[in-house]
Amino acid sequence: MGKPEAISAIPAVDSHALISRLRAVLPSPSLLALPEETKPYECDGLSAFREVPLAVALPEDEAQVAAVLKVCHEMRVPVVARGAGTGLSGGALPNPLGVTLGLSKMKRILHIDPLARTARVQPGVRNLAISEAAAPLGLYYAPDPSSQIACSIGGNIAENSGGVHCLKYGLTVHNILKLRVVTIDGEILELGGEGLDAAGYDLMALMTGSEGLLGVVTEITVKLLPKPQLARVVLAAFDSLEKAGNAVANIIGAGIIPAGLEMMDKLATRAVEQFVHAGYPLDAEAILLCESDGTPEEVAAEIERMEAVMRASGATQIRLSKDEAERLRFWSGRKAAFPAVGRLMPDYYCMDGTIPKRKLAEVLKGIAQLSEEFGLGCPNVFHAGDGNLHPLIMFDANVPGQAEHAAKFGSRILKLCIEAGGTITGEHGVGVEKIGEMCDQFTPDALETFHSVKAAFDTHGLLNPGKAVPTLHRCAEYGQMHVARGKEAFPDLPRF
Amino acid sequence: METHLADFIKDTPEGQEAEAILRRCVHCGFCTATCPTYQLLGDELDGPRGRIYLIKQVLEGSPATESTQLHLDRCLTCRSCETTCPSGVEYGKLVDIGRKVVDDQVGRPAMEGVKRKAMSTVLSSPSLFSPALAAGRAFGGLLPEALRKKIPAAQRADAWPAPTNARRMVVLEGCVQPSLSPNINAATARVLDRIGISLVKAPQAGCCGAVAFHMNYQDDGRDHMRRNIDAWLPLLDGGAETIVMTASGCGSTVKEYGHHLAHDATYAPRAERISKATRDLTEVLAAESDKLVAMLEKAVAGKPRRKLAFHSPCSLQHGQQIRGKAEALLTAAGYDLTPVPDGHLCCGSAGTYSLLQPELSQQLLANKVQALTSGGPEGVATANIGCLTHIQTGMKQPVRHWVEWIDERM
Ligand SMILES: Cc1cc2nc3c(=O)[nH]c(=O)nc-3n(C[C@H](O)[C@H](O)[C@H](O)COP(=O)(O)OP(=O)(O)OC[C@H]3O[C@@H](n4cnc5c(N)ncnc54)[C@H](O)[C@@H]3O)c2cc1C
Ligand code: SF4
Ligand code: SF4
Repeated sequence: MGKPEAISAIPAVDSHALISRLRAVLPSPSLLALPEETKPYECDGLSAFREVPLAVALPEDEAQVAAVLKVCHEMRVPVVARGAGTGLSGGALPNPLGVTLGLSKMKRILHIDPLARTARVQPGVRNLAISEAAAPLGLYYAPDPSSQIACSIGGNIAENSGGVHCLKYGLTVHNILKLRVVTIDGEILELGGEGLDAAGYDLMALMTGSEGLLGVVTEITVKLLPKPQLARVVLAAFDSLEKAGNAVANIIGAGIIPAGLEMMDKLATRAVEQFVHAGYPLDAEAILLCESDGTPEEVAAEIERMEAVMRASGATQIRLSKDEAERLRFWSGRKAAFPAVGRLMPDYYCMDGTIPKRKLAEVLKGIAQLSEEFGLGCPNVFHAGDGNLHPLIMFDANVPGQAEHAAKFGSRILKLCIEAGGTITGEHGVGVEKIGEMCDQFTPDALETFHSVKAAFDTHGLLNPGKAVPTLHRCAEYGQMHVARGKEAFPDLPRF
Repeated sequence: METHLADFIKDTPEGQEAEAILRRCVHCGFCTATCPTYQLLGDELDGPRGRIYLIKQVLEGSPATESTQLHLDRCLTCRSCETTCPSGVEYGKLVDIGRKVVDDQVGRPAMEGVKRKAMSTVLSSPSLFSPALAAGRAFGGLLPEALRKKIPAAQRADAWPAPTNARRMVVLEGCVQPSLSPNINAATARVLDRIGISLVKAPQAGCCGAVAFHMNYQDDGRDHMRRNIDAWLPLLDGGAETIVMTASGCGSTVKEYGHHLAHDATYAPRAERISKATRDLTEVLAAESDKLVAMLEKAVAGKPRRKLAFHSPCSLQHGQQIRGKAEALLTAAGYDLTPVPDGHLCCGSAGTYSLLQPELSQQLLANKVQALTSGGPEGVATANIGCLTHIQTGMKQPVRHWVEWIDERM
């Protein structure tokens, strides 16, 4: 299992002193310090990485957040922010010498402005809860990660999360207006503004995607969009992955920008069908979900074009969602795909790579071959529209050696992605999981720049140390493990 | 999830069951989103994923303390998490196992033990509950507020039709329902009679066992189950088609008799047969809906439609995964159902929860009443006696079993 680095750089503190100081600034149910209580916080959605924090603080308001940060800053104790703990790259993995700062009690929707079409919310608010609250006003919040039922808006900011509808409506960063952030020394910053462009550096954009390394987000003003008059999904079945892959390229090539374009292979489709009963075709090698939204006339015209492209690309079956309930059911299957795989195997390792769309069929074929070679099943789900691939390597962590075996399989997949001209980070962030690969993707100069940005906000490196941006030292070590950079970018690194 | 159960439990039937359930959890956190207590408290330990973790720790050999016990006590056993979990984690079964191990390790302070045992015994027994209720009505002023509000005015049950039909079904009389609301089963009998089915009682049967079982007197609970099985089997042998549940809380338990008695060599096959023959009233009437809907539509033709809110009990929508059936029949009976936000959340009744965790229960009740009344209905229809009496304490409009609302329209 990978350990966050830089831990050794931070000296251990007197945990009794720390806890009594935290106790002084938090209500008693907001501080967990018994091993029994802190252990359930030891991991996020990537449960292969686990560390037990010294304490868990669950502040109820911004003042308490600032107070906790001040204590930790003074005592030089690392702090790891945590939203809903759905992250898939170990971003919220605790620091064994630090405090986990959970924002889950701060989940009030503070204000919805129907005229300005904005919502001001606390960081622990669930992504979906924003759209639910805005629904009576005919509005919604567009970015919809598959985990939207549970993940927090604060976590979305920290990961710059994307989702099914980001193809047309952008990522988190494109859908927020203003942030309130508490820095490690307890200072409160307001970033961004109600207008579309604010003077000076765009610190809000910098904060977005910073994985809890620069500050703790305590309030977010998001943009809301009017719900489209109509949205419908075309579900198309294909008898080969290749044809489905080509259909994706053809749709985009035809100049269509679907509101969402997603693909699942046979294994993934079968796993989710048991849960959602959406009526997916189970004998298809791959299915595509392709959404059109707008006025009824626009939707009708676009759907006609989408169906024509699908048919020309060899779809064996095409269905159109007949009502809103069916449309949501089609999507809910896709959104539940990762955890539904738990029905097939106790553990999965979710990969997150991006490849050029035209290479899809080729990469998928390569993955299928690797799956045979390694003897591990690997369903695939794919944000097809933006080339973001999620192979789910299935394994059984109770079988000795199998996690490592899965990890090797994973590195081979990433290698495939790189060879196809893609990248190894899609949307799940770097966290601890992909920290080594950052050394491949960025030059030492670029990494130095990241570190100086970090230092400007957090001189002592206390916020989420060891995540997202590797130290050069770590890269050097990582480099030694590589035979030679470029020649073999992905040796079979054990990564669990 | 990786799990390595400790020797003390690893090779027991409970251990094996728990391990299979734990391994299915992939730690995605989806379930936290629909857990009523996580939504109120915002602590991983008060949500399903955290509770699964707490149970895992104990089964892996870390000793439990009062803290783990508290977080498990706060769980409503509403099983909303099961509905949400894409991976199919059977949380309800896991928490039964976890609670037993934790209670055995941690124990309860003497007074609390006495209180819980008394509550379990009285609520499980019609012969004790009825006099207690009568006393409650007579001496209401002496009772604590929380309990006093739960005692409804005495209710009259109208006629129960004579069993003249060829088709027969057995009804569970239950423990508290006949005393609190005798009209529910009588209304069921009348509605069924109109479509040619006679509803008969099984006087030897009693509480379904849920109260004792979920308060961790699992052996007492199993005794109730065996007694009911003995009471019902002769009726099934005599030609009764189905055992009808008019309280969804009981139904979800009876449907799991086969599971609860799987390790009782004598009773396992009988329990399985009973579970298979058991239906919630929503299922029974939905299966006859051709006949029933036609009658209802005729009965309400030309009459103004009325507004009701439907509260789907957790034991119906999550425990038994039944949705939409009662709602469709109510609609056919001339009721427009008002929207109920967060309809998947528990009302806070949850068996004995309202008595054991009054603070959380009251918060959930307040939220539920607000959601139910938001659409301006004349009353509320529900499917479980526990929810019915609990919700009634929080609102003026009448809360009744849905079959009573239907019976009234025929
Ligand atoms: C089944 C499943 C499907 C998923 N699908 C998608 C998807 O489609 N698209 C996608 O982009 N992601 C997806 N994810 C990943 C994950 O849900 C997102 O990264 C999400 O944004 C994380 O939110 P969270 O609240 O769970 O954050 P956490 O996991 O708790 O934390 C994530 C990171 O954010 C930091 N953080 C959290 N809150 C704050 C705050 N208030 N201030 C500063 N830093 C903070 C943490 O330190 C950590 O580094 C999926 C995850 C799962 C389990
Ligand atoms: S939804 Fe299911 S798999 Fe996911 S954390 Fe909850 S119980 Fe585990
Ligand atoms: S049963 Fe209900 S209260 Fe208990 S963990 Fe599941 S959702 Fe939460």
